[in-house]
Amino acid sequence: MIDLFLDRYIYLFVLTLLAIGLYAVLAKTDLMKKLIGLTIFSTATFLFFIEGSLKEDGTVPIIDSRGSDPTLYVDPVPHLLILTAIVVGVGILGVGLALLVRIYRAHGTFDEGIIVSHMNDEDPHGVPHYPGGHP
Amino acid sequence: MIGAYPSVVVRVTAAIVAPFIFLFGMYIIIHGHYGPGGGFAGGVFAAVGVVLPRLTLDDTVSYKIFPAAVGPIAGACGLIIFLATGIAPMFFGGSFLDYGALENAFMDAARARYLGILVVEIGVGVTVFGAMVMIFDMLAGKEPA
Amino acid sequence: MNHLAILPLLFLLSGAILAVLAGTLNKNAPQVVAITATASALIASMLGLRTVTQNGPISYELGGWPPPIGIEYTLDTLSAFMLVIVTFIGMLIAIYPARIAFDHVVRRNVPVYPLTLLLLAGLTGVMSSGDLFHLFVFLEIFAIATYGLVALGGDRGVFASFRYLLFGTIGSGLYLLGVGFLYFSTGTLNMADMAQILPEMAGSTTILGALGLITTGLGLKMALFPLHIWLPDAHSFSPPGVAALLAAVQVKAGAYALLRILFDVFGPAYTGSAGLPVAQLLAWFGMAGIVYGSVLATRQSDVKRLLAYSTVAQLGYIGVGIGMGSRLALIGAVLHVLNHALMKSALFLVAGGIIQRTGLKEIARFAGLGKRMVPTMSGFAIAALSMVGIPPLAGFWSKFYLIWAAVDENNWAVALVIVSSSMITLVYFLRMFETIFVRDASEAIVANAKIASPTVIGTVWALCTAIIVVGIANVAIVRNFVGPIADSLIG
Repeated sequence: MIDLFLDRYIYLFVLTLLAIGLYAVLAKTDLMKKLIGLTIFSTATFLFFIEGSLKEDGTVPIIDSRGSDPTLYVDPVPHLLILTAIVVGVGILGVGLALLVRIYRAHGTFDEGIIVSHMNDEDPHGVPHYPGGHP
Repeated sequence: MIGAYPSVVVRVTAAIVAPFIFLFGMYIIIHGHYGPGGGFAGGVFAAVGVVLPRLTLDDTVSYKIFPAAVGPIAGACGLIIFLATGIAPMFFGGSFLDYGALENAFMDAARARYLGILVVEIGVGVTVFGAMVMIFDMLAGKEPA
Repeated sequence: MNHLAILPLLFLLSGAILAVLAGTLNKNAPQVVAITATASALIASMLGLRTVTQNGPISYELGGWPPPIGIEYTLDTLSAFMLVIVTFIGMLIAIYPARIAFDHVVRRNVPVYPLTLLLLAGLTGVMSSGDLFHLFVFLEIFAIATYGLVALGGDRGVFASFRYLLFGTIGSGLYLLGVGFLYFSTGTLNMADMAQILPEMAGSTTILGALGLITTGLGLKMALFPLHIWLPDAHSFSPPGVAALLAAVQVKAGAYALLRILFDVFGPAYTGSAGLPVAQLLAWFGMAGIVYGSVLATRQSDVKRLLAYSTVAQLGYIGVGIGMGSRLALIGAVLHVLNHALMKSALFLVAGGIIQRTGLKEIARFAGLGKRMVPTMSGFAIAALSMVGIPPLAGFWSKFYLIWAAVDENNWAVALVIVSSSMITLVYFLRMFETIFVRDASEAIVANAKIASPTVIGTVWALCTAIIVVGIANVAIVRNFVGPIADSLIG
């Protein structure tokens, strides 16, 4: 049991971060905290990929004086996948922050409950209230 | 958010360090061939070199050298470089992004691939630079006149 | 080699850049560039469909590196079929007037046409991809473009877009985790390669975990019940042209990816009873979605929200088709992808036309429109009758195949659900018919409404003609295109 834990402790970190991120997105009512939870969730998946590329006694995957035996270097493919995924994550963070700036300027708060009640009270587009509030 | 930071130390340090950050960013883009780096990380560093003066120095300084239009234009130019380098081999019989098909009297296939990857990384770096500057300008920058 | 696999993507991507540059020169130039780019992409995808049905699948290596080292683009019948649908709807949205399509007057300097072209480029990348990670990247490109476009819908649109962003990114994150599990177990990312390696590893819990994660992630993107929460808000609060594009093609991207991965990569060894009961779950959730969507649609008074809930129901049909997995069920599911794209975008474009002339969104106030805006409303009538499932219009055939597949397997629950949901659809569309065609105008603005502008009528009628043609020529379409798709997915 202890051996299992010492070998695979990285996966526990990944799971913890995934759980924290998912909890923040679903349970927090503050929109900014939801976005931060999303970032934590994505970072957990990146950690998982990088961890899976490790080899014993492997080093950075750039050929140097050691030679070109592939077992001497870690697997570079997950590193490439994560580079791309990080850039995608940054793009999504940019869009999310721009949307939050817009929401803040319109409502003055980040709290989801207050924003929803603002929007239900405003009666935009001439649409009547939905029975039971925001469906 | 933008505008002259009250402390003299911060202003002077930012003014001295920003061009070197920009240069370091360009170095990372090109060094991606031989070591860690590449277009994505280099583009972000180059953008930091532009965003730092906007945050700490007076309004006019950074916007005079890098006006707000730099973001979209750099993004579009970078993507055009990438697409042009990708589509060019299609006219010579290769597939998309197959730089080896561009071989001619001056360079053999390996050299053509080498140069093709370099050009594509520079294109990606310029695009990421433009995107980062554009994100900063949209969120926190000066409203375009 | 045949460049047809990558041409639609290149046209749309170059079109996006050219639209950005053209926008700095002239205000109307981006729309012209968009129309040209989508039209050339449509021609390329139609040529691709013809080549693929005659000669078999095309495989295209990017960069000259052969798979599995390099990234591979595959064009087979399913991809080519969906590419034609996507580029056709894209071209019609590009022709539709920008003012109503994107609420364009309200916002200046927003690059709507480059965003639309990037959305279509992302979709084309998803449809032609032969590599799991490449699918992820283009799924994200397409999703970011949709977050931007949905946010054009005013205050509520921005909030709906933010919620959609949260759910969509979690879906992509789960999909990426599943791809990670698969890569670390098999060592490859190429779909064809993985399809050969996976059957030997049957029963491995890592692979089953990957299957679960990928299905959940794509289910979030596809708005399968109960993960559909973001869909009604996003579709009802976005501008009409955007809503038409989203309803037609956005959720189909998730459905396509699910079809491709469940049937081509994983195969029956995993999705049948031996592995996770994924097919069963999809069928049950699909049925729940059908019932939920149809019942809630009857309670709505806002036309776009009604159409959004109706989309949830229609996606349930596709989920049920994928879940049942027999040849007839897959024919029904793929046919329903085509039919729903045509019908739903026609309905949303009609809603846009109504907003253009009267500015009204509530159904109760539409009274008497049938007599004033005759061409638009007759188009609405055809699309609505097709949604209910009246033969010989297109909508009837997909429901027919699904019911036939259900009866074939003695799955009476599914057949009952499909028939009853058609009844419920009839209920809410009949209510709309009565308001629009039978009653007299109650608002002054309706009594004086002019017919919609030519581009609106043209695009709506192009879609309605397509609905009629697909309905009448359905046997030929199934024999030549959809049947081979179902065969290649099962075999």
